[in-house]
Amino acid sequence: MFTYYLKLAFLALKRTPALSSLMVLAIALGLATAMTALTLLYKLSGDPIPQKSNVLYAVQLDNWAADRAFDETPANLPPNLMTHRDARRLLADAKAPMQAAMWRSGVSVVPEDKDVRPRLVSARVTGGDFFAMFDVPFLHGGTWSKADEQAEHRVTVISRELAERVYKRTDVVGERIRYGDEDFTVVGVLDNWKVQPLFYDVSNDTLGDPEEIYVPWSVGTVKEMDINGNTSCFAPPTGEGFVALAESDCIFAQYWAELPDAATRDAYFDYLTAYVAEQRKTGRFKRPDNNKLSPVREWLTQNRVVPDDSRIFTGIGVAFLFVCLLNATGLLLAKFLRKSGEIGLRRALGAKRRAIFAQHLTESGLIGFLGAVVGLILTVGGLALVRMLIPRFDDVARIDATLFLLLIVVALLGAIAAGAYPAWRACRIAPASQLKTN
Amino acid sequence: MLQMQNLRKVFRTALVETHALRDFSLEVKAGEFVAVTGPSGSGKTTFLNIAGLLEEHTDGLYALDGIDVNKLDDDARSRLRNEKIGFIFQSFNLIPDLDLFDNVDVPLRYRGFPKADRKRRIEGALGRVGLGSRLHHYPAELSGGQQQRVAIARALAGEPKLLLADEPTGNLDTVMARGVLELLEEINGRGTTIIMVTHDLELARRARRHVHVVDGQVVDLAETDFAPIRAPARTQAAA
Repeated sequence: MFTYYLKLAFLALKRTPALSSLMVLAIALGLATAMTALTLLYKLSGDPIPQKSNVLYAVQLDNWAADRAFDETPANLPPNLMTHRDARRLLADAKAPMQAAMWRSGVSVVPEDKDVRPRLVSARVTGGDFFAMFDVPFLHGGTWSKADEQAEHRVTVISRELAERVYKRTDVVGERIRYGDEDFTVVGVLDNWKVQPLFYDVSNDTLGDPEEIYVPWSVGTVKEMDINGNTSCFAPPTGEGFVALAESDCIFAQYWAELPDAATRDAYFDYLTAYVAEQRKTGRFKRPDNNKLSPVREWLTQNRVVPDDSRIFTGIGVAFLFVCLLNATGLLLAKFLRKSGEIGLRRALGAKRRAIFAQHLTESGLIGFLGAVVGLILTVGGLALVRMLIPRFDDVARIDATLFLLLIVVALLGAIAAGAYPAWRACRIAPASQLKTN
Repeated sequence: MLQMQNLRKVFRTALVETHALRDFSLEVKAGEFVAVTGPSGSGKTTFLNIAGLLEEHTDGLYALDGIDVNKLDDDARSRLRNEKIGFIFQSFNLIPDLDLFDNVDVPLRYRGFPKADRKRRIEGALGRVGLGSRLHHYPAELSGGQQQRVAIARALAGEPKLLLADEPTGNLDTVMARGVLELLEEINGRGTTIIMVTHDLELARRARRHVHVVDGQVVDLAETDFAPIRAPARTQAAA
């Protein structure tokens, strides 16, 4: 009978094209608004590294002032950055199977080819474990060795885009590249790599692209490379310049550890507790123990990487969809009750109530499906508009297969929900009252 | 075929109670052609609606083809209506968006006949009423008489035992009306029981039995001779 109901549904839509179009448009507009917002929220709050997000931890130590918490909310979270001195020490102790300390910087790349202009390029000062920890793919070569790190060798890993820009090719391992006033040797070229959001550094634009240049932590330290991102202090450094900053309790570095199981995680946490206790004896860490190991998803939530605007916009979008479905319910009710004569006739000819209900629910479902098709077009348009208005959302404001399926399902379920009451009213029509002929 | 005993139908609103049928008793045997007449408001249509299981009665007994209707739920009534009863209405009640084939198909769909069986029945029914060559025409393309023939074909396609006709010629001119009536007589001749409500006394004379309804009760007249109403007799019909 379903194909029969579908045939009747098509005929019914043809019979009232204006009313049907209105219902399809109502559903489509509601869908497009909700799905545009939901797409942004979904992409922004998605797991950026699902294959490892449960073993990667942001390391947080509460070195803040005795009389003032870093986070003055009831959550009392420890700082989301670390001091250079604590990062240095944790790196040296190397208690985790893999760890990386880092900060974002910028360098001026001076190509040998005089036809290519120098430009300021984003850089990350980090340890060699960074690439393995975050599954960063290499096109050529690999990361620098621990020996390179300890010896402060001027080695670097660059992005594919930078290699193509500077050398017009990507197989440039071994080539020299000038950063400012010093030459570095390329040891690795990254393949195309996109992580959304950039979870490992929430003090910069989390929707931006990964850095194009990577230099060893030791080299970045000795060269006193610029710090791009947040630097917070509860007291000023005793002195000027990078060295004073690096020795102070000012925080600007990120620190991540890969802890593959609960036992390793617990052992590492014990290590952090012992470290803080040791530092407390030197007069630092005056606050009660408040250390934290935050896995990726928790880290993103803690740092509100998903903007509140996105959640609010999603709420509004869903509410608007609800209003549109209510509208569709009203229109469907009017449409079905207008067919009371035909419904009475069908009942007289032997249709059971549930057959009438199924027939009209099928019509609602068809309207929902058409609403989904139009809604998809409007959603794609809406996301294009978002990309145009907010260029940093260029990678986020795009629909994928999961969201496409979700749109179809929401449309069908929404239309069926909207049509359930009108279909129920239709099947309750008393046939005798509609077949009055005298 | 149809047995009603002491049937009552009361329509109640907040303010008023209307006794549409009161102590209504009637028996129609299989194969009969019964005309039901009566003044407006006498209860003829209510009787027809109850007979056709389109309405429930308030009190009394009603058995259709030996089945006690009192005990049936809505699904069972729908099924019985579909299997045993064919309807013919004054205003034809064809669905304008469906062609003739699909109009006649409607009750057969709800019976669950397979596609080939439905096709055979539809073509046979439309052929019987002289419209076998116009399967895919639409009701708007037909005359009134032809539309009524389609309605008759729809009523017959499921081979019902009982045909209920409510003023079947009410919207037709004399010529068309005659044609429809001849068709009904032919159908009755093949054994289908027909109950026809009509205002037309000439039409009523063509039936083999005439039942007159006044004030919700049956006044049964002679089977073959029609006598004009002088006064409502208010007597129970013989069972």
